[in-house]
Amino acid sequence: MVESVIERITRGHFWDFHGGIHPPEQKVITASKPIKQLALPKQLIIPLQQHIGREGDLLVKIGDQVLKGQALTLSTNPMTVPIHAPTSGIISAIKMSVIAHPSGLSQLCIFLDVDGEDTWRDRVVCTDLETLSNNDIIEKIADAGIAGMGGAGFPTHIKANSKSDINILIINGAECEPYITADDLIMMEQSNAIVDGIKILDKLLSPAFILIAIEDNKPKAIKALQQATQDIEKMKVCVVPTKYPAGGEKQLIQILTGQEVTSGQLPIDAGIIMQNVATCFAINEAVRHDTPLIRRVVTVTGQALSKPQNVWALLGTPVNFLLEQCGVQAVENEKQPVIMGGPMMGFSVASELVPIVKTSNCILVPSRKEMPSAFEKESNEVECIRCGQCSDVCPSQLLPQELQWSAKAKDYPQLEKLNLSDCIDCGACAYVCPSQIPLVHYYRVAKAEIRQLQQLDLKAEKAKIRFEARKLRLEKEKIARQAKQKKAAAARKAAMNKATPEATGAKSAVAAALARVKARKAASQAGGVDSKNNATGSISSVDEPIDAPVDEQLSPVAAAIARAKAKKKLKQEAALLTPQSDVLAKETLAGEPEKKPAKAEKQINADDKKAKIAAAIAKAKAKNLNAASKPSASVAPPRASAAEKTESVQTSVEKPTNADDKKAKIAAAIAKAKSKALAKKAAQVSAETAELEKTSAVGDKVPAQVVQDNIVDSKNERTPAPTADKKAQIAAVIAKAKAKKKNKESSKIDSNVSHNDQDSV
Amino acid sequence: MAFWIASSPHNHNQTKTPNLMRLVIYAALPGVLAQWYFFGWGNLIHIALAMATALACEFTVLSLRKKPISHELFDGSALLTALLIGICLPALAPWWISVIGTMFAIVIVKQLYGGLGHNPFNPAMAGYVMLLVSFPLQMTLWQPPLSLIAVDLTFTNTLTTILTGFTVEGYSVEQIRTSIDGITMATPLDMLKTNTGLGLTVLESIENPIFGDNFALGWEWINAGFLVGGLFLIFKKAIAWQTPVSFLISLFICSFIGYSISPDSSASTMFHWFSGATMLGAFFILTDPVTGATSTKGRIIVGLLAGLLVYLIRTAGGYPDGVAFAILLCNMSAPLIDQYTRPRTYGHVKGDK
Amino acid sequence: MNILLAILVLGSLAAVFGALLGFASVRFKVDADPIVEQLDAILPQTQCGQCGYPGCKPYAQAVADGEAINKCAPGGEDTIKKIADLMGVEVLPIDESHVQGDAPKSNRPKVAFVIEEDCIGCTKCIQACPVDAIIGAAKQMHTIIIDECTGCDLCVAPCPVDCIEMRELPDTIHNWQWDLTSIPVKQLD
Repeated sequence: MVESVIERITRGHFWDFHGGIHPPEQKVITASKPIKQLALPKQLIIPLQQHIGREGDLLVKIGDQVLKGQALTLSTNPMTVPIHAPTSGIISAIKMSVIAHPSGLSQLCIFLDVDGEDTWRDRVVCTDLETLSNNDIIEKIADAGIAGMGGAGFPTHIKANSKSDINILIINGAECEPYITADDLIMMEQSNAIVDGIKILDKLLSPAFILIAIEDNKPKAIKALQQATQDIEKMKVCVVPTKYPAGGEKQLIQILTGQEVTSGQLPIDAGIIMQNVATCFAINEAVRHDTPLIRRVVTVTGQALSKPQNVWALLGTPVNFLLEQCGVQAVENEKQPVIMGGPMMGFSVASELVPIVKTSNCILVPSRKEMPSAFEKESNEVECIRCGQCSDVCPSQLLPQELQWSAKAKDYPQLEKLNLSDCIDCGACAYVCPSQIPLVHYYRVAKAEIRQLQQLDLKAEKAKIRFEARKLRLEKEKIARQAKQKKAAAARKAAMNKATPEATGAKSAVAAALARVKARKAASQAGGVDSKNNATGSISSVDEPIDAPVDEQLSPVAAAIARAKAKKKLKQEAALLTPQSDVLAKETLAGEPEKKPAKAEKQINADDKKAKIAAAIAKAKAKNLNAASKPSASVAPPRASAAEKTESVQTSVEKPTNADDKKAKIAAAIAKAKSKALAKKAAQVSAETAELEKTSAVGDKVPAQVVQDNIVDSKNERTPAPTADKKAQIAAVIAKAKAKKKNKESSKIDSNVSHNDQDSV
Repeated sequence: MAFWIASSPHNHNQTKTPNLMRLVIYAALPGVLAQWYFFGWGNLIHIALAMATALACEFTVLSLRKKPISHELFDGSALLTALLIGICLPALAPWWISVIGTMFAIVIVKQLYGGLGHNPFNPAMAGYVMLLVSFPLQMTLWQPPLSLIAVDLTFTNTLTTILTGFTVEGYSVEQIRTSIDGITMATPLDMLKTNTGLGLTVLESIENPIFGDNFALGWEWINAGFLVGGLFLIFKKAIAWQTPVSFLISLFICSFIGYSISPDSSASTMFHWFSGATMLGAFFILTDPVTGATSTKGRIIVGLLAGLLVYLIRTAGGYPDGVAFAILLCNMSAPLIDQYTRPRTYGHVKGDK
Repeated sequence: MNILLAILVLGSLAAVFGALLGFASVRFKVDADPIVEQLDAILPQTQCGQCGYPGCKPYAQAVADGEAINKCAPGGEDTIKKIADLMGVEVLPIDESHVQGDAPKSNRPKVAFVIEEDCIGCTKCIQACPVDAIIGAAKQMHTIIIDECTGCDLCVAPCPVDCIEMRELPDTIHNWQWDLTSIPVKQLD
């Protein structure tokens, strides 16, 4: 097979690929002029990412002085290639800027103010290639930041480091896009350097054959390379017929070997590697002269320029500098397309500051006369008449017209069935379409959407797994909690029986609660370390023991005091509202008084919490206000919902967590429970008289203000007493809960009332 | 300097659908001229009538559908349809035949299915078949070539015949169609069919002057005209060569088989090629991209199928010519054929769709 | 005799075809996924609970049992269409009562975002998140793992200080959808 391939090639017989077009070449514009060395631009804009893969880690900061060839980013990942300072200067900014991408989006770029000195960093010129091992060479290529310069920008060191057996190395000098002559010129002028680069690749990959493919419209380049390779048996210059897109990787492989690259695979899977001629030149520069990839040949062409030519452009040179150098003749009041890349696959640049990157081979500024369709403001698209010219020219043998219908209908399964993913975006179909349908654009949009859908599918799959895992975890926790709960209930029962053996049922519970409240009151009055023991004693039935750090021993006491005070206030208020519901309130509160100290202790830790809590209160208030002002449509019985919530709160309270955040949770739960109790009362009352509710609204406002006063006070004191601190926090929690609850209630009862509410708050 | 954003490719070969349509219309001219030379002004008048109707209908429907009128009215597709209908009609058919046929073709077959590019059937052929089925009498008012009729068919005579049914001198269509020796004349295909039915051999039949010196007087030249136009279109790459070639080959093979089996009751291969609407169908109607197959293989299959159907309808069917029916049947099967003749995409193994 | 023959012939024919059919049903049996699994695969797995079921799988089960197919708000019309195809029922417009908040105007995915300076570390959102995409500890600022967030909205309501917002993911060159009309063209003169 391979023999016959080589035989055919030596005879000059090649295969052909399906379709293809012959757009006007327009290479004469620039092919006859040598590559020009440009003066240094004032500023370079170097995007961190100039290739396929990821951006490297920054090595420099604003204000740094860098030398020519100094690395600006570090490669930490195989898919990362570093970038280098194209000349010496000072980093003036590192910020987002429009990059060379069809989207016109911004990415992180390094702005380099050129100092004009062009001082090189130290370089080690390698005179003898034999002294370097393959790994050394690969490292040099990787450090030089070389990425495929033909357009895709795949990191070269990965391709060059392939372990599998390479049969054929193809050097792509076909350059099939119209207008572009960058590769043509570099082949003419630097043929020996290119051949040296190829020799390095030969050493790395040791392929059986090396084929240099050049389209037959570049006679000078063919001659130059034939001369450079004449005494090298292994290398063959293959003159392939000119046809767009012969320079496409897959198409060129088909032309030279008759093989097709299986869909979804890479050429390397068939033992073929392809490198661009400019990449070979860069490899030689990097390995022999220790020169990283900091410049490239760019064809600046188009009839809107007075001096179109190929130039050696430093990477990061803004487009406007190149255009100035080549004599742009802008037409007033007309939007001028400036295309990076060729007319078939290039993209419009969105800004004059778009920099030249490793993959930019051409800047095309056409005049209206030569490329009218590039100027058309709106699409001339008419209906597809199924003429089939698109499928005749498609190099992938797709059916563009059917793809187009499916793309418009967003029928993604059908698109995949029609092998949309094998489309290479060459634009041949859109070029010949008599209905002027922007076919490629439809495919690109569809491809992007398919890619997004695939990502969403992956995400959904991941979400499902995480959800299942969470469900399992919650289930486990629930079982553990239930066990613990049972134990706790038993303990509580035992304690209760001990305390009031004669009492039974609810009565005993109420009595117990009363007793506990009293005990706590006493504790708060007593204060001091002694009372702390008391307090802890009174709550010995707590589920979890309080493990207060030694240095915080004082705080639980303070907390207890604060709480008791707050509770008193609360009680008073409750009494004001409904004296008879006092017991009820206590009953509810009695459910979880044990957990409060824990909360208090925790809150003490945070000194700077005050400000946050104040903010939180404000936010909570605002939120509730919003909720209140929306007259609730559902007239669900408030009690039922309250009860439901209490239940959920309780479960969350009882949730045994070993982690530190448990206390916080408990605190939150308490706040909620409190509010719930209040809500219950409020509901009872307000159900009877909306009037009374209003009063309560006014009444509730007071503590909230007090809280804020407290906070302000404690803020003013540079050394806030823990007590004050505590007080404020607890009051805040209460106020928040109250406000929330009350608003909810009132909104449910009457929107008028809620209006009042709003006024009062 | 402001930049203009566009999607690649930025270049275009500047072909346009209207240009394509216009090219097809120009290519039909040799055939039309031959028709005029042998059969008089009738078809030209019908073409004019049909074109006027087509534009009016297209304008009305496009405004109803709120489509860009200037853009689509002159894209040439309606004119092409009208031209084909005008060519197909018997020269002396009454004026309303072409009006109704064109209306049906444009409004129902083309626009109601979604306009250009969405019609499953070729509008001209669907219109023609509708007329043939609905108005069989008017649609068989074929006249013999001018050289065989007694009445002098001037432009005014033809016009009045089409409009009123009588010439200026008062001859009816029937009288015009009656030849000098008092026999009503039909098309060669019709004549052959009738005669074969009567038991005459083909050789006896073609003694009739209507068959002329070669295959069919007048018709052979019309077909030659369309053949020239079709070759021009293929040369200009306006139509795919696969369809007409496979169609003609298929028709040739079928008629050759028929002729070799029973030379007495079968017409020659060349007779099939150069009579009736063979060349018109092959190069101008079967190649309509909208209703044909799009893949290369599909086009060949459609051509083969059409050739077979034309031969079957001509020899075994109830109508003398079968091009219109064959084409409609092929239109119907084209999507299915396309479905099964998708080319193998680059990098895919055959069958691994 | 003739009748007997007829019965015999027809009977044997019936037996042969019956055996054939029986063989075919075993040999060419199509192993379809259980319908619930298929439905679950269609649903977007945001686990948002807007349908009234605690997660996507339970809703899939419910749909399989005859629940209305138009309750999945995050999936939108596409999902309804797919479910309708699968279940062989009519496509229904989305049930508005199951759409929380504003209907999504753009198809750009949204993720939750914690305004970190406002977060008080209450952990309520952590408990609300169905896919554990929020990390943080009590009294510590919380944050969202963007890659894991399904955009279900469930963490927004529980936040006492309203510090969670649903934000559209920003446009990057990786998720750009080739919307050329929205490119801001910069003019510099």
